[in-house]
Amino acid sequence: MSSYLSIENMSVSFQRGGVISDVLRDISLSIGQGEYVSIIGHSGCGKSTLLNVVAGLVEPVSGGVILDRKEVAGPGPERAVVFQNHSLLPWLSCYDNVRLAVDKVFASTKTRAERHDWVMHNLQLVQMTHASSRRPGEVSGGMKQRIGIARALAMEPKVLLLDEPFGALDALTRASLQDAVAEIHARVGCTVMMITHDVDEAVFLSDRIVMMTNGPSATVGEVLTIDMPRPRARLAMIEDPRFNQYRQKVLEFLYSRHAMRAA
Amino acid sequence: MREGMAVLASAKSDVHVEAGPQSPAMVVALPRKKMRVRRKPGLVGDVAASVLPPVIVILLTLVVWQLLCGDPASLFPGPLSIWEQSRELIVDPFFNRGGVDKGLFWHVSTSLSRVALGFGLAAIAGVLLGVWIGANRWAMRALDPIFQVLRTVPPLAWLPISLALFREAQPSALFVIFITSIWPVIINTAVGIRNLPQDYLNVGRVLRLSPIEMFFKIMAPAAAPYIFTGLRIGIGMSWLAIVASEMLLGGVGIGFFIWDQYNASRISDIVVALIWVGLVGYALDHFVALMGRLASHGTAAS
Repeated sequence: MSSYLSIENMSVSFQRGGVISDVLRDISLSIGQGEYVSIIGHSGCGKSTLLNVVAGLVEPVSGGVILDRKEVAGPGPERAVVFQNHSLLPWLSCYDNVRLAVDKVFASTKTRAERHDWVMHNLQLVQMTHASSRRPGEVSGGMKQRIGIARALAMEPKVLLLDEPFGALDALTRASLQDAVAEIHARVGCTVMMITHDVDEAVFLSDRIVMMTNGPSATVGEVLTIDMPRPRARLAMIEDPRFNQYRQKVLEFLYSRHAMRAA
Repeated sequence: MREGMAVLASAKSDVHVEAGPQSPAMVVALPRKKMRVRRKPGLVGDVAASVLPPVIVILLTLVVWQLLCGDPASLFPGPLSIWEQSRELIVDPFFNRGGVDKGLFWHVSTSLSRVALGFGLAAIAGVLLGVWIGANRWAMRALDPIFQVLRTVPPLAWLPISLALFREAQPSALFVIFITSIWPVIINTAVGIRNLPQDYLNVGRVLRLSPIEMFFKIMAPAAAPYIFTGLRIGIGMSWLAIVASEMLLGGVGIGFFIWDQYNASRISDIVVALIWVGLVGYALDHFVALMGRLASHGTAAS
């Protein structure tokens, strides 16, 4: 697969009080256009840092990120982020949260009416048109995350970055959001990079799973290609022996070869 | 519990009248009806519960006060003699016989206009400085200790410096208001900007908002609760400052009125003026609190 988003020999370290700690070491990864890639690893292994570097929110010490043949410098709407804790602006309605992004990204390329239609279209993609006039504080956690996804999609990003998007949700809500994301991915064909610590979620949604070793100085341990047809039905998947094989491979990597030291 | 049962029964009979006997789905609507019916008598009760206690206490205070100070030889007038001596002042706040012989409304409104100007300037300057300091770690480190010291200087301590600088009563009064009320505005705004959730800023960064857009669309609304807390403290302090500084500066104004009545030994007029000062201060505080609630609607919840 040709490389659309590529991370090349990237290392990240943070300096705090004169102590330099290496978070990520020599990470190389390439993602094709339209591909859905999950990054999985134990907490503290620097998964989110990896995503933040791609988003441009964190500067790498060495190496870099190339998206669509251009080097990434600083954050930008072509790499839209769905944040772990939704990060909706609580003083704006759900509609206005999406509208803020649309108004900024399409200021010169869409008319007012087109921007409105585009907001509504994206709210519809996440099935949230009914709550568009409500404020984030007035809707459930799952709905907030849907709006967060709509906001990110509305930027028409080259790559969608999901930072543990379902981590704070209960299991049932999580499943329905995973279905929603799978469906959107199929419809829009966007390139997705998702951070997760949920093995089932990673296998269910991904084309490939990138397994990270433990930090400090975490790096790519193994990459697993999930060769299962799409669309994937949740219940059918569970019975599919391939699903369980993939699951076992990831679990084996996480819990026997790279088990966490006593947490 | 019995009340709830009664409501259930009455709701059920309503259903029977409207929809006939066979509507099992109506059961769902019952708990909601129960809550609504329960709240209604509560509303009247709530108002009574919040209004009655202060009214009773005020009446009791007046009675005790009258008993203590009712004697004509008493040094301090009781409520009845205040009513006798200061009737015109209480009944007609709008009279104007020229000079400083005016109704309390005119004195208060002169003082309020000084507060509006002095505090308005302090609010604008305080918010701008606070944003700069909150966004700039070194400015915070360098200036915060100085502000913490200056904010404890009482209003009247600034007055001599102010008079020396401006040499006239009016600008001196404005300066005293400005300098006493600006500190809480600066400090609270700076804290609000510094405590901005990084997530909101990241949203702005991903959208590549310009610094001006970042300020108006993210920083100002997110810091609004802090800013308005500062403004609320500030306006209270400016009201303290104006009453005190007018006492020394003279002219029209509620502070000077109080001092003038003291010199004329009209204690009862002072009591009336004090009540005005208190009520206006209370109104100012609630006004800013209301503005804050409107401006930061929804910011607190997320």
